[in-house]
Amino acid sequence: MSEPTDLTIAEARDLLAAGELSSRELTEAQIGAMEAGRGLNAYITETPEIALDMAEASDRRRSGGEAGKLEGIPVAIKDLFCTRGVPTTAGSRILDGFVPFYESTVTANMFAEGAVMLGKTNLDEFAMGSANLTSYYGAAINPWRARGDDRERVPGGSSGGSASAVAGRMALGATGTDTGGSIRQPAAFCGVVGLKPTYGRCSRWGVVAFASSLDQAGPMARSVRDAAIMLGAMAGHDPRDSTSADMPVPDFEEDIDAGVKGMRIGIPREYRVDGVPGEIEALWRRGVRWLEEQGAAAVEIGLPHTKYALPAYYVVAPAEASSNLARYDGVKYGLRVESDDLTAMYEQTRAQGFGAEVKRRVLIGAYVLSAGYYDAYYLKAQKVRARIADDFREAWRTVDAILTPATPSAAFRADDPPADPVAMYLNDIFTVPVNLAGLPGLSVPAGLTHDGLPLGLQVVGKAFDEATVLRVGRAIEAAAGFDARPAGR
Amino acid sequence: MSLDEATVARIARLARIATTDEERERLAGELSGILDWVEQLGDVDTESVEPMTGAIEMPLKSREDTVTDGGVAEDIARNAPRYAQGFLVVPKTVE
Repeated sequence: MSEPTDLTIAEARDLLAAGELSSRELTEAQIGAMEAGRGLNAYITETPEIALDMAEASDRRRSGGEAGKLEGIPVAIKDLFCTRGVPTTAGSRILDGFVPFYESTVTANMFAEGAVMLGKTNLDEFAMGSANLTSYYGAAINPWRARGDDRERVPGGSSGGSASAVAGRMALGATGTDTGGSIRQPAAFCGVVGLKPTYGRCSRWGVVAFASSLDQAGPMARSVRDAAIMLGAMAGHDPRDSTSADMPVPDFEEDIDAGVKGMRIGIPREYRVDGVPGEIEALWRRGVRWLEEQGAAAVEIGLPHTKYALPAYYVVAPAEASSNLARYDGVKYGLRVESDDLTAMYEQTRAQGFGAEVKRRVLIGAYVLSAGYYDAYYLKAQKVRARIADDFREAWRTVDAILTPATPSAAFRADDPPADPVAMYLNDIFTVPVNLAGLPGLSVPAGLTHDGLPLGLQVVGKAFDEATVLRVGRAIEAAAGFDARPAGR
Repeated sequence: MSLDEATVARIARLARIATTDEERERLAGELSGILDWVEQLGDVDTESVEPMTGAIEMPLKSREDTVTDGGVAEDIARNAPRYAQGFLVVPKTVE
């Protein structure tokens, strides 16, 4: 048997079912790895005691003949999910001291299926960022290094701690959330699989809100199959989230190996953009060839409004964020900076509680929603969003799924991030359109750069057709045979 | 679209975020940069396009108008920075 921390969820599930491994043993090994990996700052809060209690309870259930979909599997939870009795920070100072007395639906679903929580992972403040550099709790670090360059790399963001934990063998899988690429981009940067499900597939109840019409929870794991297993445990209708889809959750694992023979895969010409390194273009072409070799037909398609997705996103998302983040006022929970005057108390609390990127977005949001600018910015962006969604709708008339690069670069150095906010936003150029259209998107590790950093490909599917997305992703995974791992992990 | 410091001060007030002179100067530059970049949305023909307000087409559900939650004042209080006799405490607002 390989090291327990090196198992995939599917492998661990089989060993647990065969009685060759207990959840307690697996969880102890995983806690050891979590402690040994503290230098990566992947976790904000470790919960080893809770993990051991949950593992023992899982072992008892199993000996009683019960086993859920994630029975006994130790996972990490992005610190954006409210967890009962465990601090939930959203990576922000403004939630200082906040301990939810309720459990998010997604984590509750996972725990009901037997998952074991190792801790809460680091993230960009309020999930706003693409490098995990905006967390109040310090940057999470990517376990990967470029060949011959030992300087630290960012894990991507916002779910950077989750990606780092999964890549660094500090969890078998982790939850993420994805508003504009926050699962897929860090997954690509860290060489793991990340799935943003269709909007509405997973409940948003109990997830700290960023942009409510875009936020979606999803799994991060070390194989496509593991992502499918996790999604099956996370998803489902929830009456407490009015946008949660009331539809059956299929067995996402069932047809994962069914292959892509006869499928039509769209290759959007607008995703060939200037400034993207040749090796990313080459990897994309290789991905197309892998699918063709397995019997799929590649079809060039047009998604003509692609270039407007990022600017539309940077109106819609900040507008929703400025509204959602109005709740942090120093009165109900978290940080309060005292003052004799109520308005001054609000203003000082929010000035000291929010970091620079969050303030920028809240202010942009307040501006585009303010009288006189609402139509010019917010309404316009919502209309452009409709055109982007129409582009995809048109594509589905001819193709079953779409293949694109996941990111325009590999993980960059933590000491040399993009110079200004807009340059940082360009990280999400390939992922943001998918959120605007509400579609499922999967990032699969598919190769390495010339200097040994992971690169991902993105598979996009029709609404609620995660099964096809996972099938295509599995075909890429099988062809890529990606078995590289960060040094020493 | 260039944002001046007075406009930054106005929206910071709307957003209830205290700012210093130095911050307003920096923010005016950064926010102008973002808004300039957003201007390209003007190139898209959106004549007769309905604004998209949600990610997927789905009718919102309604439910019985009954109480389904509550009675958790003590739980809420545990997270409040200041709480007394069943009330969240704020600075005095009436003389």
